[in-house]
Amino acid sequence: MSRRVIYKFRLYVAGDALNSAQALANLGLLCREYLPDRHEIEVIDVFKEPKRALADAIFMTPALVKLVPSPVRIIVGTLSQTQPLLQALGLAAPSS
Amino acid sequence: MKPIQSSVSAVPNKAPTGITGFDEITGGGLPHGRTTLLMGGAGSGKTVFSLQFLVHGAQDCKEPGVFVAFEETSKRIMANAESFGWKLPELQRKKLYFLDAQPLPDLIQSGDFDLGGMLAALESRIKEMGARRIVFDALDIVLALLTDPAKKRREVYRLHAWLLDHELTGIITAKAGGDETISVIQQTFGCMQFMVDCAVILSHSVALGVSHRNLRVQKYRGSSFDENEAPFLIGAKGFEVADVRTPGRLNAQMSNERVSSGVERLDTMLGGGYYRGASVLITGYSGTAKTTLSAAFAEAACRRGERTLFVSFDSDCSEVVRNLASVGIRLDHYLKNGCLRMISARSIAGSAETYLVRVKAFAREHEARCLVIDPVSTWYKSGNDLTAQSVADRLIDWAKGDGITLVCTSLLDEMSNRAQSGSSLQISSLADTWIHLSYLVQAGERNRGLSIVKSRGTAHSNQVRELILSDSGVTLADTYTAGGEVLMGTLRWEKERAERVAAEAAEAEAKLKRVTLDAEEAELEVRLKSLKTLLAAKQLEKELLVRSTRNHEGERSRGRTQINELRGADAAIAGEKEGRP
Repeated sequence: MSRRVIYKFRLYVAGDALNSAQALANLGLLCREYLPDRHEIEVIDVFKEPKRALADAIFMTPALVKLVPSPVRIIVGTLSQTQPLLQALGLAAPSS
Repeated sequence: MKPIQSSVSAVPNKAPTGITGFDEITGGGLPHGRTTLLMGGAGSGKTVFSLQFLVHGAQDCKEPGVFVAFEETSKRIMANAESFGWKLPELQRKKLYFLDAQPLPDLIQSGDFDLGGMLAALESRIKEMGARRIVFDALDIVLALLTDPAKKRREVYRLHAWLLDHELTGIITAKAGGDETISVIQQTFGCMQFMVDCAVILSHSVALGVSHRNLRVQKYRGSSFDENEAPFLIGAKGFEVADVRTPGRLNAQMSNERVSSGVERLDTMLGGGYYRGASVLITGYSGTAKTTLSAAFAEAACRRGERTLFVSFDSDCSEVVRNLASVGIRLDHYLKNGCLRMISARSIAGSAETYLVRVKAFAREHEARCLVIDPVSTWYKSGNDLTAQSVADRLIDWAKGDGITLVCTSLLDEMSNRAQSGSSLQISSLADTWIHLSYLVQAGERNRGLSIVKSRGTAHSNQVRELILSDSGVTLADTYTAGGEVLMGTLRWEKERAERVAAEAAEAEAKLKRVTLDAEEAELEVRLKSLKTLLAAKQLEKELLVRSTRNHEGERSRGRTQINELRGADAAIAGEKEGRP
C-alpha cells in the first residue's frame, strides 16, 4: 500500500452526543499522528441528515467509514481503543 | 373468528394484533402507544408474532409499521412470511418498512456507541410514512456489542423513552435465556421488564417428545388480562393462540332439531336422534364398532346433504371407506360429490393443540355442519393429559359455538380394565350424549352391546341393545333378559326361536278351541231353535185347549138356558142360584 495514499473518512455522529464528540476528537488525534496531511474527514450529523444515515445503513453512532483506500471498513464506537482501530485501518505496522 | 376480531378491535387505547386468541386474552391487543416486551427462546415465534402485529396494523387498522431487523435480513423474513399468505411486497411500498440493522459481520468496534443514529434515521422515516407501529426484533443482538451493563441499560432506556415520545406502539423482542429459566433473563432485560407496560413470554417446551408452545402475558399495565399460559401454534396463517374460554361468551343458539344417528333404532332409543349441535361421545374397546357407528352418522348426514368432515386418526381414508362398505355404509359417493371430506390424520404429528387447530381449520374450510373425530383418544397419547383434556374441552366448546354436530369416539383400553366410566379423556361430562359400546362374552360368543349412558335433554332407553353389523347395515336388536342374564347372539336367537315355536303351538291350540266352541255354539243354537218350535206348538195347543173349554162352557150355559126356557122355570131364581156358588 502506497504511503502517499490520501485516506478518506466519513464519520457519522449523532449531534453533540458525548460518544460522537469523543469519536470526532479521537479521529482528529489519530489523523494528526498517523496520517498528517493525507486525510479527508467528512462529518455527517444523522440528526440533520437522517435519510443519509438510512441510505448508508448506519444505525449505531458514532460510526467511522473508511472509504479510501479499499477495502471499505466500518468502525463503530468512540474510536478510543487505538490498537485494534489501527489494525482495522491498516495503520498498525508503523505503530509497532 | 372474524366476528370476534372485529368486536375486539373496537376497544380504545389498544392496538389489535390480529392474532387469533391473543386479542381475546388481552382484551383488545397490545397497549396503544406503549411498549411491549416480547421474550422467548430460540424459535419460539417472536418474529412471527411481531410481524403479524405489523401486518395486521398495516392491512386492517390503517397503522403503518416499521420493522427493525437486528437479526435476520428483511429478505429472509419476507420469504419466511410468504408461507403465511401475508402480502408483504404489496404492503412494503407504503405501509410497511423494513430496516436491515444487522451488525455487519466484519464490523469493527472501537469504544462506545449508541443507538442515537438509528433512532434519528428512523424518526425521519416514521414521519414520512406516518408509522404508528414499530418492532425491534432481537434487540439483544445489538446490545451484546456493548460490554458494560450500565451502557446496555442506558440504550434500553433511550429506546424506551424514544418510543414513548413518539407514541408508537412498539414491540421489542429479546431472547430469554432458556425456556425453563424464563424469569432469570439477562439483567438488561430484567430492568426492561419493569420498564415496559406489557410483557409477553413465549415458551417452547417438549413433553414426551411432543412440542408444546405456550404464551403467557406476564404483565399488562392498566388492563386486565388472562394470566394463564395459553397454548399457541404457528400455523398456515401465522400465529394462533388457542382460544381461551371466557365466561361471558354468548351462548350458542341451541336447537331442538334432531339429526339422525344413522341407525334407525338408535334414533328411537334416543327419542328421535341426536340434537343438532350436540356433542356425542361414543366410547368402547377396540373393535366394538365405534367407527362404524360414527360413520353411520356421517352417511346419514351426507344423505341429508349436510357437509360433513370425517377425521380419522386410525387409518387411511380409503381404508376406512373400504371397511365401511362391508357393513353397507357407502361413503365413496359422498366423497366424490364433495359432501363428505375425509382426513386421515394418522400422519399428523404434534401436540393435541396442533390437532385441534388443524381440525378447526379443515372444518372451517369445508364449512362442515357435522364432524366426526375417530378417535379423539389419540390426543391423549400425544402430549400430557392436561393439555389433551383442555383441548377436548375446547373442541366441544368450539363445536357448540359453531353449531356443529360433533361425534367423537374414544377408545377405552381393554387391558387396563378400567371401570366403564373411566373414559381416558374426561370429556364424558361435557358431552351431551354418551353411548357406550361393549363386548359381552357369553356361551363362547362375543357380541356387541350398545347402551346409552346419558343423553341430555332427551328421554332415552335404558336398555342394553345388541349391535348387529351385517352387509346390509347396522341395526340394533332387543336383547333378552333371562334369569338376570342378558342374552345375545346365538342364545338370543335360540330364545327367539323357542318363543316362536311356543307361540305357534299356542296359536294352534287356540284355533282348535275356537272350532270346538263354534260347534258347541251351533249345537246349542239348533237346540234352541227346536225348543222354540216346541214351545210355539205347546202354546198353540194350550190356546186351543182354552178356546175349546170356553166353547164347551158357553154351550153348556146356553144349553141350560134353553132347558130353563123349555122348562119355564123362574129365570131370576135360576140366575140367583147361578151367581151364588
